[in-house]
Amino acid sequence: MKARIKITLKNGVLDPQGKAIANALGALGFDGIGDVRQGKYVEIELDETDRATAEKTVERMCEQLLANMVIENYSYELEGA
Amino acid sequence: MKASVIVFPGSNCDRDVAVSLEAAMGNKPAMVWHRDSQVPDSDLIVLPGGFSYGDYLRSGAMAAHSPIMRDVIKKAKAGTPVLGICNGFHLLTESGLLPGVLMRNASLKFVCKDVLLNVERNDTDFARGYAKHQVIRIPIAHHDGNYFADEETLDRLEGENRIAFRYCDTSGALTETANPNGSRRSIAGIYNESGTVLGLMPHPERLADAALGGTDGKPMFDTLIEALH
Repeated sequence: MKARIKITLKNGVLDPQGKAIANALGALGFDGIGDVRQGKYVEIELDETDRATAEKTVERMCEQLLANMVIENYSYELEGA
Repeated sequence: MKASVIVFPGSNCDRDVAVSLEAAMGNKPAMVWHRDSQVPDSDLIVLPGGFSYGDYLRSGAMAAHSPIMRDVIKKAKAGTPVLGICNGFHLLTESGLLPGVLMRNASLKFVCKDVLLNVERNDTDFARGYAKHQVIRIPIAHHDGNYFADEETLDRLEGENRIAFRYCDTSGALTETANPNGSRRSIAGIYNESGTVLGLMPHPERLADAALGGTDGKPMFDTLIEALH
């Protein structure tokens, strides 16, 4: 199955890159842009066929490496389970 | 006196810091490859600056899980002094030896220049060569040096006297313009609870010889070596 993982900055953590994106979009003429937050997206192919086991594995991957839990949150979807 | 410098793919200040250590110690430090699982018997371990693993995912994130780091963490917890400079500071936060995280600079720019630091404490082997609140000049060169931790952690660091250096102006004041990267509370470096692990973004090894244009970084190596001899 495939895990689709999103890593985002926690609320309250300043995101200067998001701010720069908002400014650039404004400069391109896009109106009505509020707060912009940017993050990471990771796809992982897993051999695992059991959904519950895959969930646990993905959570461990996120907490040990993919996200820095000091500043980031993660969410994920499993596809093909 | 034995020191070890850990070398990762992408380290680029490993030889600079080795030169500074050799000048202070009189002998060469061991250069230890990241794939090794054991740090040789050492009085000091240095995690050098650079771009370990190309800064993939997050600065220091990959290197923090390399085989050698398991032993570095073990030895640091047992009391071996560890100095992490720049990318080495990333590694110390990513491996959990120091709290917080170093985010992208607030300006989003790579900043490479000399900055002034206020020496917040001088009762550690790293900082004994400075006066308390002395203003020293040390270069920085980083894209991700914006120190962040939640308010509770910052209060705890201050309460436990664990701030090592802060960015300041010539008078030692912590102004916004003197803060090159947006770090919370102008933090440039912090200690662990016992004061034996230091992580800092500035590069003392880059101003540790008169030929480099300054020697404000030299006392750090001299007092470390003197204390650990």
